[in-house]
Amino acid sequence: MHRRSLALLALMPTLFGAAPGPAGIVVSGWARPTVAGQSSGAAYLVVRNFGPGADTLVGVASPVAGMAGVHRSQIVGGVSRMRPADGIAIAAGKKLTMAPGGYHVMLMGLKAPLKLGSTLPLTVRFTHAGQRQLRLPIQMSPPQ
Amino acid sequence: MSSDSNQTSVPTTRLRRLRLIVWGVVPVALVVVAVLWLRPSVATSGAVTQRADPGSPNFQLGGPFTLTGADGKPFSSAKLAGQPYVMFFGFTHCPDVCPNTLARLVRLRQQLNKGETPFQIVFVTVDPERDNPQAVGSYAKLFNSPIIGLTGTRAQIDQVAKQHAIYEAKVPDASAPDGYTMDHGAAALLFGRDGKFVATIAQEEGDDAALAKLKRITA
Repeated sequence: MHRRSLALLALMPTLFGAAPGPAGIVVSGWARPTVAGQSSGAAYLVVRNFGPGADTLVGVASPVAGMAGVHRSQIVGGVSRMRPADGIAIAAGKKLTMAPGGYHVMLMGLKAPLKLGSTLPLTVRFTHAGQRQLRLPIQMSPPQ
Repeated sequence: MSSDSNQTSVPTTRLRRLRLIVWGVVPVALVVVAVLWLRPSVATSGAVTQRADPGSPNFQLGGPFTLTGADGKPFSSAKLAGQPYVMFFGFTHCPDVCPNTLARLVRLRQQLNKGETPFQIVFVTVDPERDNPQAVGSYAKLFNSPIIGLTGTRAQIDQVAKQHAIYEAKVPDASAPDGYTMDHGAAALLFGRDGKFVATIAQEEGDDAALAKLKRITA
């Protein structure tokens, strides 16, 4: 019984899309659903750095996308622009919150639609914390 | 005698014919003058199909257009006659700003509480090379609410973007699909039932201001 609840506790972060690690980086987030034929999608991460030093988000990958990368949307003088954003540093004790209209994980060459209510497997790489394996919930809007 | 009557009858028939011609020409001339007078921008630009450039004093945002619908058939703006509509330019490989904007327009439309389509939402791609009718159609379906997805030839899209003062540019991006992304004007354009441009909704604008404008075009 005790061992089972411990195992459940260990599972909790996976269930909620968060993945704590030894370096103090905790990642959660969500992805927006897509429809058949749509080749690009977006996911939004929340990265908390509980560690003693800064860390840098250096890459993302997903088995359901041919290519994935962090991009940043910006409205500059009324014009929507999107540019790659490689290597986002998160200082110790700070949080990076990706949100619509700003930083996002761009998923390209989707092999299957991201279905509402299911999850997106995603690997996030950090310079110090290494890799985090996530399953992000697929939903229409950010978690409240 | 007979020659005499002939001499007098010939001028009267000529006069009658002249009178008929004059009365035939006068209304036509009046119509031409009226059209030229009522449409000074067309008259001064000298071209009927080309509208004034954005920035010129004669520029009127919007106007009739023909693009291609999700069914692959021509879509004329005449189909929007009598309905208010909101136009947004984007592209289907845009995973962030475009779906955010369309989802927001759908949400605001529901918040108006005036039925399913108190105004039409028109999505025009600025990336017709990749976005065929099927692509814009399935993209428009993403939002579980009626959205009209439109594409066209590059020339058609450029013309419609220009007449709506929408900036668009292809930007190289090695990390994007096909090696490029699109910069595009991000404002939503609001049109009244008469097809006349009323206002824009900017990305950074709050919901209250946006709703007030949507109420205006649907009043």
